[in-house]
Amino acid sequence: MTTRHTTAEEYERDLTGAPSSQAEFEERRSPIQRVQHLLHTTPSLVPLFVLLVSVAGFGLLVGANFFSAFALTLILKQVAVTGIVGAAQSLVILTAGIELSVGAIMVISTVIMGQFTFTYGIPAPLSVLAGLGFGALIGFINGNLVARVKLPPFIVTLGMWQIVLAANYLYSGNETIGSDQITTSAPTLQVFGGTMQIGGAVLSYGAIMMVVLVLVLAYVLRHTAWGRHVYAVGDDPAAAELAGVKVKRVLVSVYTLSGLICAIGGWVLIGRIGAISPNSGQFENINSITATVIGGISLFGGRGSILGMMFGALIVGVFTLGLNMYGTDPQWTYLLIGMLIILAVAVDQWIRKVAA
Amino acid sequence: MSTQQKPDPNRDAPILWARNLVKRFGRVTAIDHCDFELYPGEILAVIGDNGAGKSTLIKALSGAVSPDEGEIHLDGRKVQFSSPLDARKHGIETVYQTLAMSPALSIADNMFMGRELRKPGFAGTWLRKLDHARMAQIAREKLTELGIMTIQNINQPVETLSGGQRQGVAVARAAAFGSKVVIMDEPTAALGVKESRKVLELIQEVRDRGIPIILISHNMPHVFEVADRVHVHRLGRRLCVIDPRQHSMSDAVAYMTGAKVPDEAPAEVAEPA
Repeated sequence: MTTRHTTAEEYERDLTGAPSSQAEFEERRSPIQRVQHLLHTTPSLVPLFVLLVSVAGFGLLVGANFFSAFALTLILKQVAVTGIVGAAQSLVILTAGIELSVGAIMVISTVIMGQFTFTYGIPAPLSVLAGLGFGALIGFINGNLVARVKLPPFIVTLGMWQIVLAANYLYSGNETIGSDQITTSAPTLQVFGGTMQIGGAVLSYGAIMMVVLVLVLAYVLRHTAWGRHVYAVGDDPAAAELAGVKVKRVLVSVYTLSGLICAIGGWVLIGRIGAISPNSGQFENINSITATVIGGISLFGGRGSILGMMFGALIVGVFTLGLNMYGTDPQWTYLLIGMLIILAVAVDQWIRKVAA
Repeated sequence: MSTQQKPDPNRDAPILWARNLVKRFGRVTAIDHCDFELYPGEILAVIGDNGAGKSTLIKALSGAVSPDEGEIHLDGRKVQFSSPLDARKHGIETVYQTLAMSPALSIADNMFMGRELRKPGFAGTWLRKLDHARMAQIAREKLTELGIMTIQNINQPVETLSGGQRQGVAVARAAAFGSKVVIMDEPTAALGVKESRKVLELIQEVRDRGIPIILISHNMPHVFEVADRVHVHRLGRRLCVIDPRQHSMSDAVAYMTGAKVPDEAPAEVAEPA
């Protein structure tokens, strides 16, 4: 390597004496370091592993019933909304932000879909579009407040959560639109409540929507420039900017897309519960953060995979159904989920040490 | 103006030059009617004491700061950069002291950040699919060309690299895309002896490939080892340009600290202040 320089300049003669082996990448890995490195490159492995172990564990605990196609697809159905809203949450958290208004955006979107259809008599498909557009609009506002006004995401979305939730009650007059009414005059709103039967498995369209959405986002994050930019912005926004990423534009697009996905979550929610209630989905902001964190997406941004988030949502679903079938106090679910959250963040910190 | 120039009749026209640059920040004049020239194929070191305004000068040349007065010419044409991205589009690449890399992303991802290659055909046009294989291949080629292929896996995250390797990747990125000029801000400041040596080799390698380099450094031995000319910056303007083969490091330090005035014949060595 040092013999490359053939120019006869004085200083280069010294270079031949310098050792050529600097900055080598040392191969000295114990098995634990190998695991650490593998997790570093494939962060969704941890939640996948936990998911498989918990399915097996509850299978042993509850018995064969738990392994039935019906039970397993029931879990999918139950986590569909959390999974979709969690996808929105994951995008924001990947940029080192947090989105506390996801649940509120979801609910107000359902209310808009319902009110537009039943109060204004707008055809249901158009009302759905209006709801989706409104979700995206709130996300767009959040994104601009974060990226251009430079307010902390926590504060922006905390404020937006209150604003949107209050607007939701004021606008709807705290009125629920009944399931029967929707079924008879606007079935489009409930389309995600539909199911398809494959053997004993009952797949709801909402669950299929969640899986498809997560797979599409996984593709976009991994295989498009925009996806790589989302990671770069979450990792180090200053470095990303200098490297040529339009950081503000990426942030605004992430929050806008997140708002849109929340509204899709709202549409799925109508299918799930049948009715449209301004009181529904109160805990989806916390649920989505839980799924994201258990799924191994780092709250510090730039790390993790959206598939992990889906596994995280499924883990919560498995615990909920498993403990329910086992017949314990549901508080055990919260207790165990709480422990999982802390454990997941501890694992994240450990994986990050690979960098040091 | 006390600016002393040494026009060299044998040289080509400068590839990048500036006249009368002025930049004020409030009441502080960071650069004060400063001139600057960079010739094709050379390594020009820019040295100066802290607060001399050299980083503002470099920022003006790399587009991070827009000067209040004066003009910049690149490759025979007058240019005005509105941002570092704009300067980059004109073929000026900067290796920042902070390196501007995303630690969790791979070497290939980082090298192509902001200028990713998409697959040809339907996948690229409609699905916006990136051509990971081609980017990895080009990244590997660039690193090999510059002799830094001790890195085995082009897809390993940058944070798993040593400081010297990271610097190497940053330099390779600049060299790969900097078609006209590469600016390096303190490339050896954070490195150990061996890694600095490697980076100095890299800088010469890039120069030998025909890309002129502006090197900002406080490290006199490094400056005198690689620079073809040394631009001494003092009090917001160019004090002089010296030939490192005819001046000692003590001269340079004396000029930049004001202990010695370059108009005098540099026969005796003044004590650095």
